[in-house]
Amino acid sequence: MKKLWKLIRRLSGDDAYERYLAHLKSFHPDREPLDRKAFFREEMDRKWTGVRRCC
Amino acid sequence: MIKLVWIAISIVGAAGLGAIALSRGETINSLWIVAAALCLYALSYRFYALWIAAKVLVTDSTRATPAERFDNGRDFTPTNKWVTFGHHFAAIAGPGPLVGPTLAAQFGYLPGTLWILIGSVLGGCVQDMVILFFSTRRDGRSLGQMARDELGPLGGAAALAGTLSIMVILISVLGLVVVNALKHSPWGTSTVAATIPIAVFIGLYMRHLRPGRVLEASLIGVALLLLSVASGGWIDHQPQLRALFNFDAMTLVWLVIGYGFIAAVLPVWLLLAPRDYLSTYMKLGTVVALAVAILVMHPEIRMPAVTRFIDGTGPIFAGKLFPFVFITIACGAISGFHSLISSGTTPKLIANERDIPMIGYGGMMLESFVAIMAMVAATVLDPGVFFAINSPAGLVGHGFEAVSKISSWGFSVTLDEMQTLAHEMGEESLFARTGGAPSLAVGMASIFGNAFGREFLSIWYHFAIMFEAVFILTTLDAGTRVGRFMLQDLLGNFAKPLGNTSWYPSVLLTSAAIVASWGYFLYIGVIDPNGGVNLLWPLFGISNQVLAAIALTVATGILIKSGKAKYAWVTGLPLAWLSFITTSASLEKLTSADARIGFYAAADQLAEKLSLGKLPAAKAEIAPQIIFNLHLDAALTIFFVAVLWVVIFEMLRVSFRKTIGLPVPPLSESPHIPSRLVEDWVRD
Repeated sequence: MKKLWKLIRRLSGDDAYERYLAHLKSFHPDREPLDRKAFFREEMDRKWTGVRRCC
Repeated sequence: MIKLVWIAISIVGAAGLGAIALSRGETINSLWIVAAALCLYALSYRFYALWIAAKVLVTDSTRATPAERFDNGRDFTPTNKWVTFGHHFAAIAGPGPLVGPTLAAQFGYLPGTLWILIGSVLGGCVQDMVILFFSTRRDGRSLGQMARDELGPLGGAAALAGTLSIMVILISVLGLVVVNALKHSPWGTSTVAATIPIAVFIGLYMRHLRPGRVLEASLIGVALLLLSVASGGWIDHQPQLRALFNFDAMTLVWLVIGYGFIAAVLPVWLLLAPRDYLSTYMKLGTVVALAVAILVMHPEIRMPAVTRFIDGTGPIFAGKLFPFVFITIACGAISGFHSLISSGTTPKLIANERDIPMIGYGGMMLESFVAIMAMVAATVLDPGVFFAINSPAGLVGHGFEAVSKISSWGFSVTLDEMQTLAHEMGEESLFARTGGAPSLAVGMASIFGNAFGREFLSIWYHFAIMFEAVFILTTLDAGTRVGRFMLQDLLGNFAKPLGNTSWYPSVLLTSAAIVASWGYFLYIGVIDPNGGVNLLWPLFGISNQVLAAIALTVATGILIKSGKAKYAWVTGLPLAWLSFITTSASLEKLTSADARIGFYAAADQLAEKLSLGKLPAAKAEIAPQIIFNLHLDAALTIFFVAVLWVVIFEMLRVSFRKTIGLPVPPLSESPHIPSRLVEDWVRD
């Protein structure tokens, strides 16, 4: 059940911020993380700059 | 034991295919089609996809993928294969596999079904998988870049030009589907209109109220969408409100064009991104519900296996079974557009090369299955009703005239029957609703109605319309945006500031150019005397298949260059077939003497009528526009075929040089770096 919930959160991108924090912590511990709002602002722009949807 | 299971699957699959192909009785059950499809997918995945992965591509699970090497926690991230599968499928599955099979059902259920099945397992799935693999081996580079690196600059330019034009045609034809589904339907129009403020609200919610709470925002949004379907029914019963949402086709064209422009210049978080979340959930939910309903209800197919229209006289679109069934069903069998996703976002998520068959080949199998379900939903309708909904008024006339003409073809239908059906669906009329969405919605409503309660037929119908419209509009937004980026990229070569994607004057200018291009074809589609679907859908099919052929050409070139010429048939055979059908379909569109098929024939016929003064004033006024457009369509067709053969000759030239030992552009594969994730990789 817990696993399923995790999968759903991962699939929908609900956990993107937590994954970002974890990534920073393990790879770039020196960098100051963005706050939640700023992170999602950047995330949206990044996501929609290429071909994302098809016919 | 395992062997016995595969033998059993083969037997069931063969029995299903046998029942489909040999059944000459009154009807056949849709369960045979579903069973045959599922068994065929299982067999081809186990014995073809995995074989290609092991012998042809030679996937290497010890090799670090771009996701691992460039891991930035964002676009490059090693991702669990089921999550990647979900993202990949959500990206490739659009409205295409729902519309194409519905239109192709005019030939009967058999030709379309066989092409969907065979085309996907030997063509579409293979394309998606090999492009995904080659892109993963090349740092996640795009198809255009791979074409340039492997075949030279000509190949790259052709891929870019093909992509931009397919986008324009695709958006215009999808816009036409929405317009035809919403004209004079206050219920449908008000529901679809409500989706815009809902999406904006969700956008604001995710940005300001509760940043990044994607799941709860989406849940609220989906609940609001369902509410909008129900409240559309209420609006439909209020005479004054009703009038506000009752539009004719031309008004809707302008509304769609205006919407497209605004959506393209607004920031993504406000409209595009939240709409995309909502449409993805609607899509997945509806597809699952449809599959369950078909399995529970297993309705009888009422369309004959093959109809008389294989002779080319079909009312929905003109043209013989060969080659037009292969052009009409692109998505669902093989879709070139997928190669952009397979060389776009997906390769950056692949954690391990061994996941590639499941994501590339498997994702397309699922899309093909969606197409099969669309075919079932279209063919469980009474054929007379199916043709009454889908035949353009310009061809069969209105009301009584239409039913007598359709009945005279041997598909009996009465005026009464059509009125009762329209009333049940909460519409004024269902005649001449070309484009596939309404007949699919009627089919889905009747399947859902039988499975979950018939008293809500009109709700089911409008739910289906809303579901299709929402994700067509998502494709429209996203496509316009991608087109805009490509154009800015292109213009940036001539004037630097135009290439800046956040410089507002450039954004407005390039968005307007893209919207004007598809808006033009949409407008023409509505005024065309033979019906816009007959005009635009084949053009879309040809462009999508040409893009697929370009992708397969790049793949074949890479196989030959990497010394695997003996396996080049894996992509070479579908390539040969696609270039054969697109070229023959294009030749027919150019040279046919039948005015419904040939562009030049139609232009000549109209010009003659115009000069003899045989046209009524209203038609005479738009005739010059239509004639100009027919010449434009012909030029576009020639362009597509020319692009295709340029790329093929480029590939053959490079392959020939390779075979006789002359220098060729080097393989652009990135070097082997061992993966650190392999053994104790914790699948999240």
